[in-house]
Amino acid sequence: MSLLELDDISTGYGSFQALFNISLKIEEGERHAIIGANGAGKSTLLRTICGLLRTAAEKVRFDGQPIGQMPPHKRVNLGIAYVPEGRWVFPSLTVHENLLVGAHTKRSGIWTVDRVYELFPLLSRLRQRQALSLSGGEQQALAIGRGLMANPRLLLLDEVSLGLAPVVVERIYSTMPAIASAGTTVLLVEQDVGQALTFADRVSCMLEGRLVLEGTPGEISQDQIVAAYFGV
Amino acid sequence: MIWVNDIIQGILLGGLYALFAAGLSLVFGVMRLVNLAHGDFSIMAAYIALVIVGSLKVNPFYTLLLVMIVMALFGYLIQRGLFNFAMDAGPMQAILATFGIAIIIQNLLLEGFTANSKGLDAGRIENAVITISDQVAIGWFPLTTLIVSVVVLFGLQLFLSRTRTGRAFRATADNQRAAQLMGIDNRHLYGMAMAFALAIVAIGGVFIGIRTTFNPSAGPLRLIFAYEAVIIGGLGSLWGTLVGGVVLGIAQVLGDHAQQGWGMLAGHLVFLAILAFRPQGLFAKQAQ
Repeated sequence: MSLLELDDISTGYGSFQALFNISLKIEEGERHAIIGANGAGKSTLLRTICGLLRTAAEKVRFDGQPIGQMPPHKRVNLGIAYVPEGRWVFPSLTVHENLLVGAHTKRSGIWTVDRVYELFPLLSRLRQRQALSLSGGEQQALAIGRGLMANPRLLLLDEVSLGLAPVVVERIYSTMPAIASAGTTVLLVEQDVGQALTFADRVSCMLEGRLVLEGTPGEISQDQIVAAYFGV
Repeated sequence: MIWVNDIIQGILLGGLYALFAAGLSLVFGVMRLVNLAHGDFSIMAAYIALVIVGSLKVNPFYTLLLVMIVMALFGYLIQRGLFNFAMDAGPMQAILATFGIAIIIQNLLLEGFTANSKGLDAGRIENAVITISDQVAIGWFPLTTLIVSVVVLFGLQLFLSRTRTGRAFRATADNQRAAQLMGIDNRHLYGMAMAFALAIVAIGGVFIGIRTTFNPSAGPLRLIFAYEAVIIGGLGSLWGTLVGGVVLGIAQVLGDHAQQGWGMLAGHLVFLAILAFRPQGLFAKQAQ
């Protein structure tokens, strides 16, 4: 049984359909990257998994359990943490408090405040600062750290590199091996194909709401990616 | 010296207003709900105290804990059972729902207790004073009110900054959707916020019942004073509600001193002046 099973998901916002017949299986321990151009439906897919968008219950299965109708806060209890695009840190709370709120579910596991500070030493120096005053990269690190505090079995990362300088992106991605080797399954969505391919052991490519390509980075050629990305 | 006395009385009155304003500010801060029934909830608490005093023959002070618990439970239930659904429909629908509840409470109280004014008799403390000079005297009861309100605000602040639920309140106030993604059940949390708000306003209701008389239609005026205190102090600032209450209290006492009956007018004028010249309030949180 896969950790996450998506079965023929079609969904959208109001009359706008964003996803068409998406089926995908993520195994425990996998590092999966979904790439695709802006508006391909990647974020919508993650929102369907974390519960910000609902679908028929059995269309989303987590560890065998149908969760498509479950609200987000219950999915966190099961072990699905979503690090949203745009970070959504709590601006009036300090860095430290943001991390503590991340642990609201009291799920036990290896991630503690101290481990997160070890992973992101820059946060450790800022622990009493209001999240409002952090730079974009610091906020992204905080958002990821806050997600880890839930000790998730599945970590969903949405557009980690968006709006950040390349050096900052590099630094944040350098923490990924440590996160994945802790046993957490990671599903990330990324426009930056280079980062995604380096990180992932399986890659899917989305185009206009459909999954058009899937495989390991080794078996997919550059041409295939270009074709899938741009639909040419 | 007479002015000193007025200002002291105003500060003490401000303590009472803060008890009304704190819950209003909490509810607005956490769930952006404008609760128009807040004043009527406080009067409802005063009537609950009246019933308990009548049947148990105790001093109203001893009913406080019980009234707070009853109001907290009522707050949780009405939030989960009604206001949450109204809020799903939209902010306007939510305001209308609280307005409807306000009318219902007023009329139920009228049915049950008639329109006659009632009071809660707390005994000797009501008239006991500390005389400082010929013209300056501090009443024990108003002083108690202020002390209780400071203790409540301090306790609320500790709760918000130190506890897991308190942090969840603040996180939800910042970003409700992100809070849900942390595993925070917003519907339950909103119920908790209303429970806290009504427990606090229950103290205000009982105290107003001891201080003066009340009747079923006394709620809206309490609501107006509470809103004025919140806006003078600055939305989202806990201690601002106390400062707002104090400013309002001083304005009312000084106004009444200048001309009997002008107190309320003076309070409203100060409120309007703040709204005109410092609309973010005296202690507004920094803009985000």
